[in-house]
Amino acid sequence: MDLGKDLLLDMYRSMTRIRLFETKVRDLATANEIPGFVHVSIGEEASATGVCAALRKTDRITSTHRGHSHLIAKGGRLDRMMAELFGKRTGYCKGKGGSMHIVDFSLGILGANGIVGAGLPIATGSALAAIIAGTDDVTACFFGDGASNEGTFHESLNLAAVWKLPVVFVCENNGFGEFTPMQTVTSVKDIAVRAKAYDIPGHIVDGNDVLEVYRYASEAVARARAGEGPTLLECKTYRWEGHVVGEQAFLGAASYRTEQEVNEWKARCPLIRFDKFAVESGKISVADLQRIKQETEAELEAAIKFARESPLPDASEVTDDVFT
Amino acid sequence: MAVTTYIQAINQALSEELERDPLTFVMGEDVVLSAFGATKGLIDKFGPKRVRNTPIAEAGFVGAAVGAAMAGTRPICEVEFASFFYCAFDQVCNQAAKLRYMSGGQARMPITFRCVYGAMGGAAAQHSETVYAQFLSVAGLKLVVPSNPSDMKGLLKSAIRDDNPVIVFEHGALGGHREEIPAGEHLVPLGKAAVKRVGEHVTVVAIGAMVPRAMKVADRLAKENISVEVVDPRTLIPLDEDTILSSVEKTNRAVVFDEGHLRGGAATDIAALIGEKGFDFLDGPVRRVTTLDVPIPFSPPLEKAALANEARLEAAIRELVGR
Repeated sequence: MDLGKDLLLDMYRSMTRIRLFETKVRDLATANEIPGFVHVSIGEEASATGVCAALRKTDRITSTHRGHSHLIAKGGRLDRMMAELFGKRTGYCKGKGGSMHIVDFSLGILGANGIVGAGLPIATGSALAAIIAGTDDVTACFFGDGASNEGTFHESLNLAAVWKLPVVFVCENNGFGEFTPMQTVTSVKDIAVRAKAYDIPGHIVDGNDVLEVYRYASEAVARARAGEGPTLLECKTYRWEGHVVGEQAFLGAASYRTEQEVNEWKARCPLIRFDKFAVESGKISVADLQRIKQETEAELEAAIKFARESPLPDASEVTDDVFT
Repeated sequence: MAVTTYIQAINQALSEELERDPLTFVMGEDVVLSAFGATKGLIDKFGPKRVRNTPIAEAGFVGAAVGAAMAGTRPICEVEFASFFYCAFDQVCNQAAKLRYMSGGQARMPITFRCVYGAMGGAAAQHSETVYAQFLSVAGLKLVVPSNPSDMKGLLKSAIRDDNPVIVFEHGALGGHREEIPAGEHLVPLGKAAVKRVGEHVTVVAIGAMVPRAMKVADRLAKENISVEVVDPRTLIPLDEDTILSSVEKTNRAVVFDEGHLRGGAATDIAALIGEKGFDFLDGPVRRVTTLDVPIPFSPPLEKAALANEARLEAAIRELVGR
């Protein structure tokens, strides 16, 4: 597989945008500048980035309640995302969706979703639309380990398999459904084996290795585009932060994982691993990485300024957009 | 003008719209062979790409219709019995209904859902329910309840061309009803009620399969010089409030006649509208004649006792007019 310099730089930029955006969002939500429920993806940057790097602009994605990473990886604008999180009129959804519901149809982003497992049939239908409309666009469907226990997971894999639809199902297994360890509520150790039940390929992927994710995703996307049907990828990863920003308020003194476990996963940081590879490969210099980081910091600062200075929606807009 | 049944009207509407727009397609449970006949023969004309049997997995295929609509096609999605929507409540109520609004108007959701509802004799509670009330308070859905073949064809065609999610409720007992329907392009707009019979003494707002029954009661009472106006709203969302209120303004009395349940039902919703906006027109309370608040029973005498019927409508009218 040809990993050219531009592709590597794009991946680095994507992961950096996610990491910096999510870190800032966590802080802004903690400071109550962002209302509502906010779920961040710090530590899970590689799965979103590696999959979206294998997609074209016209390909589509569906996402989850923890969706900022997918939207950024598919090319989402930080300023309009941030404005949406702030509930501003300039946000992607004019302030009607918020953190869990960002959509950008021009980028093929059919949306984050507040209902676990809801994206699976939507992605399946998006793939069906490509068949009906006669295009060769592929749809990638992000979901978590929790969603793999929803009926929609099973119904969607069956439907996509029986109709050979151009969809790639990407399970980001971060080990927890809210505060419940995945293995205590899931019949299998690896979600990928569930592909066997639907007679489609299933692969376990190191979800913290963006290059491995990219390789598997490229193969699955090519297979989908060639009309050979869906693939299930299970990206093993980990959520550094809690399920939701501010979860201590719900949990009190209780905890559901050890500090040691969190630290072990932090040692497998997707960005540090990528930095090491990139520099050792000789394709990218440390200066390149620093430049991208600085550019992203500036982009993020501008996005926050945009969000803060944008107007709130007017109450008169409340009845707009129910119907066309 | 050709004589057509309610089911044939559905078939004609589907065939014409599939012919008209290559981005439309039919998916659902047994649409190839077609249990009730509504989609019969479409497979021969439009092929397996556009006429698709789904697995009996409502959450999956209703959700897929949502995704297909968001991605630019126009699915016509059949859920065989309306009660099966309970298996796909998230996909209809959280996804289809809300995603346009939640995306700030970015999403278009041109889905037509078709389903058979209502009691057709001994089908028991899970295959006989009138479920449109369950969708009345979910903002973002349009609800269509055709009462005759002509409206069925014209409303269904309008639903398919609408860029919003529309559920078309087809009453199982109306399938064989026949009438002449206009030849050529026949569209009935969503949101326009029909005054099915002009009268002076009382307005009966009848929904779906209750319309022909209300007409029969009106015929009978006319012999006693009780003049009944029958209004068919045709669509519950959007609701043609003006036609309903204008009728009540004239007759000063209102009965709402619906096969749905009483509590939280469509009759209750329309009665509240009349009570709130038409209070000054009224000479008496707005009466609701609905099915009793029990699951629809299986055994014929029990089913008959539960369902809204002509005798109860007639009694309500007589009470209001004092005769």
